[in-house]
Amino acid sequence: MIQALETDPNLEMILGMGAHAPSVPFERAEFVRADQNYSIVNRIVKATQVDTILHTFMVTNSAGISNRRVHEINVIGTMNLLAAAGASGSSVRHIVVKSSTLVYGSSARDPNTFGEDTPRSAPATHSIERALLEAESLVRDFAEDNPGTLVTVLRFANVLGPHLTTAISASLSRPLCPSVFGFDPLLQFVEEDDVVRALLHVTRGGIPGLYNVAGEGRLPWSEVAGICGTRLVPLSPYSPLKIHPLVRLFDLPPELEDLLRYGRGVDTRRLAATGFMYRATSAGAVESFIRAKRLRRAAGRTPASYTYEYDVEQFFAHSPSVTGPAGT
Amino acid sequence: MTDRRSARTDEKPSTAVVPIRVPCGRDDALEDPRLSDVDEWGRSERFRALARSLYEPVYSKWFRVRWEGLEKIPDEGGALLVANHAGAIPSDAPVIMHGIEKELGRPVYGLADYFFRTIPVVGTLWARGGGVSARPANAYRLLREQGQLVLDFPEGTKGPSKSFTDRYQLRRFGRGGFVEIAMRAGVPIIPIAVTGSEEAMPVLFRLPAVAKVLGLPYFPVTANLLALGPLGLLVPFPAKFTLRVLDPVSFDVPPDQERYSKSRVMDEAERIRALIQESVYDMLRARRSVWFG
Repeated sequence: MIQALETDPNLEMILGMGAHAPSVPFERAEFVRADQNYSIVNRIVKATQVDTILHTFMVTNSAGISNRRVHEINVIGTMNLLAAAGASGSSVRHIVVKSSTLVYGSSARDPNTFGEDTPRSAPATHSIERALLEAESLVRDFAEDNPGTLVTVLRFANVLGPHLTTAISASLSRPLCPSVFGFDPLLQFVEEDDVVRALLHVTRGGIPGLYNVAGEGRLPWSEVAGICGTRLVPLSPYSPLKIHPLVRLFDLPPELEDLLRYGRGVDTRRLAATGFMYRATSAGAVESFIRAKRLRRAAGRTPASYTYEYDVEQFFAHSPSVTGPAGT
Repeated sequence: MTDRRSARTDEKPSTAVVPIRVPCGRDDALEDPRLSDVDEWGRSERFRALARSLYEPVYSKWFRVRWEGLEKIPDEGGALLVANHAGAIPSDAPVIMHGIEKELGRPVYGLADYFFRTIPVVGTLWARGGGVSARPANAYRLLREQGQLVLDFPEGTKGPSKSFTDRYQLRRFGRGGFVEIAMRAGVPIIPIAVTGSEEAMPVLFRLPAVAKVLGLPYFPVTANLLALGPLGLLVPFPAKFTLRVLDPVSFDVPPDQERYSKSRVMDEAERIRALIQESVYDMLRARRSVWFG
């Protein structure tokens, strides 16, 4: 994301914040390491007088992360961030929040296509869905209280792409992939480039509002598996255990179990109406993911990736002796 | 500001049965990886073609279906088909869908209770065959935005679950939701009267306790069950099916309104119910034999 922003000469300063060191080199952006619920953000906002915040750290995959931490990051993190942005004399004019279509849930009663204003059909049962809903409601309240600040919420469908690892992409990478017996849901994906492009689009255009972001078209899960060359393992649709074996065997997050039964489709026309052009359809996202996968399988691991070294970055960023481009 | 990397593509919502892939404007354009032709509703034309070839003998040899006024169904554009619903496991839905797809060559989406989606295998096959769960939003999207034919049975489960003693007595037409959807979508309603469906699988009595245990909407004990044993669940009697398409009913109201007059909606729903009821009686008067028409 930051790399994409850096290409824009109109931006004076770009500041990244995260709990982990960045995995890609920045040319002119600076980076601050923060704790998981971003308690430091208030000071940063005051000190730097930023005018736009891109809120992209929300967890949308509960595999390998406790409910407590999900709450801490999504809800408390969002709260801190909004508190900082809403402080008196705040310089923030635009907040972009990256959310997920998980907020719609997945149930048999669902309409075929969720619009941005369609309510859920069943109450949220998974902690991650509840946390996202709560964070979104905080954002809604903030937008109401601060009419002077543009607020954009983007709900992304399941992301697939060459680089990103999600619970779904991890399952599709294995030779065996779980499915629920007798169910073949229709899924919608968004390509990882389109995620960044959508964030850029609303940030640069200063477009407020609530938008679904997903590639056009839907694919049955069996077809996704077919394209990716993995074999589906049907698991019993009924389970006496509280935790379905799906979760244990394939370490899939529990919120995907419903998705693998009923799928989910979203209406993306609202974002398209603002002039956003998708580069990939849902099928294109699957294709882009599997092509990168094939390359990695054939050519081994990609060359050692960039690692963030604080001293080195500081040197490139601030030393007067750096006169040429930093390179990597 | 424009995104330098974005290339222009002509993206617009597709109205095709099978979504057409929009060119994605990438330098190394990805080839379409799609393997199946399952559309956004879960319907697959290939699956339907297979289902039609299997159902064709049932349709033309077993039920010997006869249509009247099939030409009243439009060749293009959305329309809501509304029919009476009967026979424990109703054969009228597959007969109507098969007939229209065979004669007119255009797909029909059948609305049914979301309950079907929750049954493994059945739910998937149902969706591949053109079944859609009966949500107003789904019907609107199909009718208004995609101009498809949608088949609805406003009686819901009250139709097929009624006893044989009540045969051809149409139940209440829901709460008139089908009229409201047709008004909102700006499409005509085409009533269809069906005879033969009641005799194909007559309901002798129901076992509500069993239905409750199995989580089913109703559990009928049919004549087929008594005559054929468990096989009776699958095999309907070879009653002669006659279907009469009535004149399309249009409403001169503007589409896409938030609300429509409830009294108008209920009146129209009742009028359509009465139209179908009258035609059913008319067809029964003309019918000499249950089995030969």
